[in-house]
Amino acid sequence: MARIIVVTSGKGGVGKTTTSAAIAMGLAKKGHKTAVIDFDVGLRNLDLIMGCERRVVYDFVNVINGEASLNQALIRDKNCNQLYILPASQTRDKDALSQEGVGKILDELKRDFKYIVCDSPAGIEKGAHLAMYFADDAFIVTNPEVSSVRDSDRMLGILSSKSRRAEQNEEPIKEYLLLTRYSPERVKLGEMLSVDDVQEILSLHLLGVIPESKSVLNASNSGTPVILDEKSDAGQAYSDVIARYLGEDRPHRFIDDKKGLFGKLFGRK
Amino acid sequence: MLESVQLLTNQISRMSTDSQQNIHYSPVLEFKSSTFSVPVLVLAGNDVITIEQQLQEKIHQAPEFFKNSPLVFDLQELNKHDLDIDVTELTRVIRKLGLLPIGIRGGVAQQNQQALDLGIPVHSGHIARDGVYAANQSGTGAASTATSSAPPKQQIPEPEPMPEPQTVAAITTMITNPVRSGQRIYASGDLVILAQVSAGAEILAEGNIHVYGSLRGRALAGVQGNTEARIFCSDLQAELISIAGNYKISEDLNTAIFNRPVQIYLQNHTLIIKDI
Repeated sequence: MARIIVVTSGKGGVGKTTTSAAIAMGLAKKGHKTAVIDFDVGLRNLDLIMGCERRVVYDFVNVINGEASLNQALIRDKNCNQLYILPASQTRDKDALSQEGVGKILDELKRDFKYIVCDSPAGIEKGAHLAMYFADDAFIVTNPEVSSVRDSDRMLGILSSKSRRAEQNEEPIKEYLLLTRYSPERVKLGEMLSVDDVQEILSLHLLGVIPESKSVLNASNSGTPVILDEKSDAGQAYSDVIARYLGEDRPHRFIDDKKGLFGKLFGRK
Repeated sequence: MLESVQLLTNQISRMSTDSQQNIHYSPVLEFKSSTFSVPVLVLAGNDVITIEQQLQEKIHQAPEFFKNSPLVFDLQELNKHDLDIDVTELTRVIRKLGLLPIGIRGGVAQQNQQALDLGIPVHSGHIARDGVYAANQSGTGAASTATSSAPPKQQIPEPEPMPEPQTVAAITTMITNPVRSGQRIYASGDLVILAQVSAGAEILAEGNIHVYGSLRGRALAGVQGNTEARIFCSDLQAELISIAGNYKISEDLNTAIFNRPVQIYLQNHTLIIKDI
């Protein structure tokens, strides 16, 4: 049975698109046929992060309006043949999306794909609403700072009251917390909320902590999802996230400050 | 004098079920209990002409508010001083001024009967409840003339002593999931929350509120004016707490009581926060 995953946050700039690209690639690399959809109509970004911006012919809105078939619009990823991208339209706005149209496309994708990753736009308006409405699982992307945490909390409220599952009284959406741009050094200095702080406020199952990393920006610029950079800490962290999501038990990494040589020698914690 | 009270309609619905015994129960309707806020006209004098003048002045100040407004008139003060009033005449004046009388409170038997004959329900006032009128009733009752031409349909329901806790509807709303930022929960009775209430969330109850998680949002108990309502929480970090409209914001709270299990109640219009 196909599962629809929404990657959402409420707040902008926390790493939704980076996460969508990474987890979609991660799932596909594990051999699951995966589609990733950009719901940010008018502010198309996912194609850049996935490195397929020069191959976009038709988009999400074209499919909704019946101007193109789903197969025409889906772009196969050049790194992984199990991964397909459905880009957003850059020339339209969120009003071009309709619940009926989105539902129809997702139903069609569910026949063919194992995982469908919906990259939500920021905010809680129409685009974000439609991205989460049909979801089975939600990845809540949060930065360790108060406004991001509050917006995530708000989004969790919307997930539990305004989604299809909530409206039809089905089993609620499974919610997972993904803490991104985490910097143990800054937590230590008291400049950033710690994992525990965020966990206490959101009381949510922590799927992974992605450290603040130069490799993320490099990956974005080069159009290759960061999870493919196996040497980078962020790439490894995303691999852990996928493994945990698929049921593997992996200890959390990148939460503590890296021990210096001095620390290692004397076993300092 | 105008004050606002709640009208408990489960009382009304009980009366109507009694009088409709022979109507077979049919699933097209059901009785529900709900509370309303209704202005009460408390009378201190029995001269209907003066009442009319002063009422008109009041209405003139806020015509939109009073236009077709339901109204309960309260004769408690009058009867306390043995001043009788012609309920029929009073009702005529109230209706003339565009208000819709929907109840009498604190009246003696005679006045209640007059009101009932005009189709105005009788509400048990607090004085009538504690029996101060028992002695008064015979005296004032004889003085007024009953104008009822129709046969007495039903005996005026003797104002039953209504135990105070019953004003809080017996329904308890139970929430087991976290109440997230931006969510709003309203309970017509008590509200029990077994999870956290996030900052930016709002929980409201006509009765008591219990939160067995961190309370970081706003909690408002007794929102329909129940001053006996209380808030209980196992970890107080609230943005705002309120009982029957008396509120305190986070900044006004002593930080010493934060992050502790407390109860909050009202005493002389002041919120008291105590450890439990």
